[in-house]
Amino acid sequence: MIAARPVGVSFGSRQVLADVSFDVPSGQFLCIIGPSGCGKTTLLRVLAGLIAPTSGEVTADGKAVRGPARSRAIVFQDYTKALLPWRTVAGNVALGLEACRVAEPQKSRRIEELLSKMGLGHCAGQYPAQLSGGMQQRVQIARALGQDPQLLLMDEPFGALDAITRQGLQDEVARIAAEQKTTVVFITHDLEEAIYLGDQVIVLAAAPGTGAGRIAERITVEIPRPRSQLETREDPRFLAYRHRLFGLLKH
Amino acid sequence: MRGAVIPSVLLILWEAGSRAGVLPPDSTSRPSDIVRAFAQALADGSLVRDTWLTFEAALFGFAIAALLGILLGAILGLSPRTERAVGPSVEALRPIPAVALIPLALLVFGFGVRMEAAVVAFAALWPVLLMTLSAVRGVEPRLLELSRSLELPFWQQLVKIVLPAAFGRIAVGLRLAVAISLVVAVTVEIVLNPRGLGHSMIAAQQALRSDLMYAQLLWLGFVGWALNKVTQR
Ligand SMILES: Nc1ncnc2c1ncn2[C@@H]1O[C@H](COP(=O)(O)OP(=O)(O)OP(=O)(O)O)[C@@H](O)[C@H]1O
Ligand SMILES: [Mg+2]
Repeated sequence: MIAARPVGVSFGSRQVLADVSFDVPSGQFLCIIGPSGCGKTTLLRVLAGLIAPTSGEVTADGKAVRGPARSRAIVFQDYTKALLPWRTVAGNVALGLEACRVAEPQKSRRIEELLSKMGLGHCAGQYPAQLSGGMQQRVQIARALGQDPQLLLMDEPFGALDAITRQGLQDEVARIAAEQKTTVVFITHDLEEAIYLGDQVIVLAAAPGTGAGRIAERITVEIPRPRSQLETREDPRFLAYRHRLFGLLKH
Repeated sequence: MRGAVIPSVLLILWEAGSRAGVLPPDSTSRPSDIVRAFAQALADGSLVRDTWLTFEAALFGFAIAALLGILLGAILGLSPRTERAVGPSVEALRPIPAVALIPLALLVFGFGVRMEAAVVAFAALWPVLLMTLSAVRGVEPRLLELSRSLELPFWQQLVKIVLPAAFGRIAVGLRLAVAISLVVAVTVEIVLNPRGLGHSMIAAQQALRSDLMYAQLLWLGFVGWALNKVTQR
């Protein structure tokens, strides 16, 4: 369970987030959506413990978050900078396992398993620079999953993927999260993706005047799981959520 | 090939000049004598032994400088707070010419490899430390955040993330340090340490063996050049 108790963040005199509060019960999937620059990445970094909020606090299982922890894995938005260029794909995934002191032969087995889940089985020996953006992003996801996190923080992880791969990975991440009871906070620009994946969807928007990101709307998605790419997206409830949130995202 | 023309002409002029008695015989041995002295020093093993003694001290000092410089540089580069505390002391020590520490090193260690290595280490420390510091500061912040969020122990952060990411520029510092190490080792030997190539050169000069001195000088030049070639790769 992760909770934001009204979190505010300012960089100097510029307020980036104001009064953001929510609870994500264990095993739940929270999607955050909002226009560019409204503070989504900043919020994720606060949840990770990489930056301290200027006001309020974040708690994980009731305890205040004071710094980053292995139990809260991050998939960074700027994937080109978040992989070790001198390690192969397998080596990058191994990093998460090494941090958790997973020894051979389990380590190799886990790497293989994670890579095949992410559809990367064939490029274990390649270097990040040889991969497409979408593939690099999947390497990051595999590494994060290798940490066996309680909380998975994902910052637009599917932004660089084509529609088909994207849908496949949406289902994969949803399945893994459900299977391991991982709590997920997932940032996206794609409204349908947010509704499809989320138990909750929070819309962040810049407040008129200060420009600080705040919660403009939140919905609970009452569509049962497992969801399916075809049926769920045609479900009248899905369409109703979409209608309700669509207006908020227009500028 | 064309680059060899000038040295060849000079050599011939030199040899001819000293045979004709135009050049002062004390300070300018004939090239043919130098070659003979070189062959002799090589044959009796003294050249190899002296070279090894100089190398030993240079290498020893370089190793200390590399280890200390990388470690300190990484710590200072990663922790701005430590940098603020230690930075001024570094800036105060750095301008001291390494050779000015020879008397102190002699006092502490006496003659021998240790005092020589200590002076070498002091001289070679700075390029390694400063290059490491700036290299570590330039490491992609995302990677540092990653290593923090993986809760890697400090040592592993260093070995697995920071140093490999900074390696390219640290290598530049190490390369500079290698060159400095040889120069300083020879200097300490010339000034007072009774061992190695530097000492043999000053001994040859005092014995009026300028042929031997030239042979050693040319050899030293070659060694320095070769070392540079090796570290360039
Ligand atoms: N370290 C920082 N110092 C100063 N301002 C910052 C810093 N980090 C972020 N900001 C500012 O905070 C605002 C929100 O940035 P953030 O990266 O959180 O947006 P975002 O919602 O993730 O945008 P995008 O969808 O484009 O990724 C931006 O105006 C940005 O300029
Ligand atoms: Mg962002």
